[in-house]
Formats: sequence, C-alpha cells, structure tokens
Amino acid sequence: MVIATLCGMGFGTSMMLKLFIDDILKAEGIKAETNPWDLGSFKGNKADIVVAPVDMEPHLRDYPAKIVLIKNLVDKQEIKEKVLGALRELS
Amino acid sequence: MQLNELLIREAVQARLDLRTRDEVIQMSGKMLAAAGAVEPRYADAMKKVMDDLGPYCVIAPGIALLHARPEDGVIRSCLSLITLQKPIEFGHSSNDPVDLAFALGALDKKSHISALAELAGFLSNADFLRVLRGSADTPALQTSLFSFIEKGK
Repeated sequence: MVIATLCGMGFGTSMMLKLFIDDILKAEGIKAETNPWDLGSFKGNKADIVVAPVDMEPHLRDYPAKIVLIKNLVDKQEIKEKVLGALRELS
Repeated sequence: MQLNELLIREAVQARLDLRTRDEVIQMSGKMLAAAGAVEPRYADAMKKVMDDLGPYCVIAPGIALLHARPEDGVIRSCLSLITLQKPIEFGHSSNDPVDLAFALGALDKKSHISALAELAGFLSNADFLRVLRGSADTPALQTSLFSFIEKGK
C-alpha cells in the first residue's frame, strides 16, 4: 500500500500531512509507505491513495488512485477518519 | 533543527493592520529579509506560488502557511508569524478568512522537517491557537509564543 501526500512543492504542507499520517498508521498498527509529492512531478508516480488539501481537487480529477481531500490539514481527527476510511475501502 | 530555532523572534508580529493577501506576503518576506534569513526576492516568489498553485496554503481555518522554494533566495531555514487585526480573504473554499499567517523559508527539503512536525502538533492544539490569537501586541505574542513552545517540549 502506498499513500502519497500532495502539495505544491512537496516539503511544506505535504510533509506535514505525511507526518500526521505516519503517526496515525503507527497508532493503528498499519503498514504502508507514505511519500510526499509535489504537483510538478507527481503524475509520473504511482500510489494507491493520494491525500491532498481540498483546494487541489482540480489537479487530481483524472488521477487513477483513491483521492482523499482534507479541509483542515492540522485536524488529526479529520485526517484519521478519512485516511482510515479510504484504507478500509481498498482492503 | 527545532521550532524555537526555526522561528525568528523579530519576525513574529501581532495584530498588524494589513488589508490584502499580497500585503501579508510582502510583510512576511520583508521581516524574514530584515533578519537576513532570505533575500528580498523571496516575497515575490511566495506570491508567485500562491498565484500559480492557488489558495491551498490556507491549511486550516484562519491559518495560512506561505512558502516558496529553497532556490528562491533562502539563506537559512526560517519561519515568521503575523497575526492580523482584521482577518483577510485568501480565496480558500472553506478555511477563509485568514488571521494567522506563517511564512516558511526552507534551505532544503529536509532540515526543517522536525520543526515543521512540532508546528503541526501545536497548530492542532486549541490552547496554542488561543494564545496566538489572544496576544494583544508584538512583545506579548513573542513572549507567549516562545514560552508555549518551551513548555510544550
């Protein structure tokens, strides 16, 4: 399972999302690879789930992965519910 | 690098009377440049990122995290904070208006990560946000921000 987090440059917002998701996966005992991506280069990469800020939705319309959109990027509860929900759907 | 090293004290300013998103970006760049942490061109680079990539940098209700690229003139990894007298619309679909604006300068893709993790943890803490929003002037904000970080360790 590969989970990608997306932002404009791949080291600010997406890195913060990755760190939250790593914590959540660890707490839940779930093994998955998490990678921060940037908008410029992500289209060549593959992931099962892409987690992104809600306003990036237009960039992800054609992307072949389960897309998870987050409104509040520091709300661990929102991130947890949505990411675990996506993982359940895929398992 | 830890959060209290990333944050530049003189680039933490409270209740500024700014009116537009671009004024917030320019002021953030100016403060970081005055501290010698970025080149003056960094502000325009942050504006270009916002213009090109959209308002996703409003990461949570009322909170913006601005940044550009290391090669846009970052001299050392740094973080500024502006709190606004009047909240400003940044154009986000659900997190507007903004009253807390952080600006990050990252020297590379790695060295600021542990500080960013600390910041993310604090931003999910309602007490921390109350302290930032409740500080009436710049000295009070600087003092309470750094002491909160110190205690949070």
